[in-house]
Amino acid sequence: MGSIALKSVVKAFGEIKIIHDLDLDIANGEFVVFVGPSGCGKSTLLRLIAGLEDATSGSITIDGEDVTDAPPAKRGLSMVFQSYALYPHMTVRDNIAFPLKMAKMDKAGIDKKVADAARVLNLASYLDRKPGQLSGGQRQRVAIGRAIVREPRAFLFDEPLSNLDAALRVGMRMEISELHRTLKTTMVYVTHDQIEAMTLADKIVVLNAGRIEQVGSPLELYKAPANQFVAGFIGSPKMNFVGGAPAANRQAATIGVRPEHIRISRDTGEWAGTVGVAEHLGSDTFLHVQAAALGTLTVRGDGDIAAGYGDRVFLTPDPARIHRFDDKGIALR
Amino acid sequence: MARRQSTGRTALLTIVAWVIGLLMFFPIFWTAVAAFKTESDAYTLPQNFLTTPWTLENFGIVQERSDYLRYVFNTTVIVLLSTLLGLLFAIPAAWSMAFSPAHESSSSLSGKTWLAIIAASLAICFLTLYLNNWTVNNVVVGIVLLLIFVVPVSVWVWTRRTTDTLLWMLSTKMMPPAGALIPIYLIFNRNGLVFKDWGGINLTSYSIMDSFWGMVPLMMLLNLPIIIWMLFTYFKEIPVGILEAARMDGASLWSELTRVLTPMALPGIASTCLLNVILAWNEAFWSLNLTNKAAAPLSFFISEYSSPEGQFWAKLSAASIMAIAPILIIGWFSQRQLVRGLTFGAVK
Repeated sequence: MGSIALKSVVKAFGEIKIIHDLDLDIANGEFVVFVGPSGCGKSTLLRLIAGLEDATSGSITIDGEDVTDAPPAKRGLSMVFQSYALYPHMTVRDNIAFPLKMAKMDKAGIDKKVADAARVLNLASYLDRKPGQLSGGQRQRVAIGRAIVREPRAFLFDEPLSNLDAALRVGMRMEISELHRTLKTTMVYVTHDQIEAMTLADKIVVLNAGRIEQVGSPLELYKAPANQFVAGFIGSPKMNFVGGAPAANRQAATIGVRPEHIRISRDTGEWAGTVGVAEHLGSDTFLHVQAAALGTLTVRGDGDIAAGYGDRVFLTPDPARIHRFDDKGIALR
Repeated sequence: MARRQSTGRTALLTIVAWVIGLLMFFPIFWTAVAAFKTESDAYTLPQNFLTTPWTLENFGIVQERSDYLRYVFNTTVIVLLSTLLGLLFAIPAAWSMAFSPAHESSSSLSGKTWLAIIAASLAICFLTLYLNNWTVNNVVVGIVLLLIFVVPVSVWVWTRRTTDTLLWMLSTKMMPPAGALIPIYLIFNRNGLVFKDWGGINLTSYSIMDSFWGMVPLMMLLNLPIIIWMLFTYFKEIPVGILEAARMDGASLWSELTRVLTPMALPGIASTCLLNVILAWNEAFWSLNLTNKAAAPLSFFISEYSSPEGQFWAKLSAASIMAIAPILIIGWFSQRQLVRGLTFGAVK
């Protein structure tokens, strides 16, 4: 079991409020990702759940049990840190065994669990090494191993992949996803990388300045962002926002169009512009088009578009996929 | 840095360095030479140590007149126990300051208000004493006065930010020890426990003078600010995430300190101990004033040869060499550890 509920949680450091009166429910077995720009409070929120920070007010319950004032050790959660936070003076075996030793498990039980975890995470041949002798990816695996052996009610991940290089990150992302499928334990994952959020999450929580902007499945957020912030944050490259006449024509203060929802033409279209930077990635082409009063628009086309710097192009947004926002940035439906 | 230096310049710098080094070494060298000369030869000026005969008689006489091993034992007891006791206080203190520092004062009273409170409480104490002709014979009044005197100051210190606490600890080392000699002498002489050495309780003589019961805590308190400061700087180098991981893994505070923090900080703790051992070994001011036999350390042993009856240079030198020899040997074999500890964290 591992359902987590936050009610009216506030966290302030002195005068500065980091988390503003936040409510959130995480169901048992769910993979929830907190995403948001740096400083939005996502890590603080995770640390509040972990018990590494004390909530200024509000309550946190795990499986219906109020743990607001419980120390981290008593919450039955495991955490994987961005810096791995392995014990440098212990071998891999002792690192993984540490939570079990703290739980006063007998030696035979510990040996079996460590061996199991090592097998699952391909660490069997490194058990007698110290963390200093391992690569980044291996260290991250040890950190995960240390988290899984104690069979927690939920796993907390604090940007676990951001210290890894790009190739390794993709691999570890899949391993974590696989792990969730096997263990079926609740996982709460913090990242600023929206690709990680989109690929891993059952449910994404978008945070901004200590408030929840929207909660929803990855595709809900992509297709129906609740406001301009979410619309701009989810999706890569970023959604284009256009004000003025094109927005007024559609009874909105601002309209948003994703780069992939704009058709490019050489001779006809709604908006005219000149190509600035053109990024040819092979599979896709990103054109940054100067469209006079509208500003710079990013357009995603297929890999074969030959347009380059200075070319004149016409852009037409897909009418079914235009997002409309009022003057406060709230989506109009 | 790639910088080309001429051979002449290098040679000159080498010579200058050697001259400075030898000048600094000279007093120790002289002591070492004098220890192996007869009393008259050691005393003669100008010194002519090359032609005068060498002798070991000073060491024999010193050992005969004062039991060297007894002093070594006393020093070792004071040094080791005060270091261990110091660690017992310093590790938790440094841990709390390094890993959960108070960034703001926990009191909402302003500095001026505190000053007024402390000044007023001191004024009350002095006024009461003045009205009683500077003596209080009533125990209750005495205790109340002590509380009025101590509590506001303690609360004030207690509510400070960590940086202020650290500075305050260091400031205790800024006062000349002689300034506190008389009260501490009186406390040792008139009050408290009643032991000589570790000896039995003797209710007739109220004194912790010349006893380990007095010297061990005193030596610990003398060096505690330095131990805390050193440990604090080492602990600061340890990522707090590792301690948080231990907390998440279910470690109790005790396990966090003993199984995670202490093993990780071992190089730092070792060099802190080493420095503390050296400081305590060489301490003379308090030892000379508060001991004379039962708990007298090696610094007292040296001073025995500088007496009103005359200076015995050769024996004084021999005693000095005997006193510093053990710590010199320890220092020699642990210099790598010491240097490593003192520069710990400078390069990651």
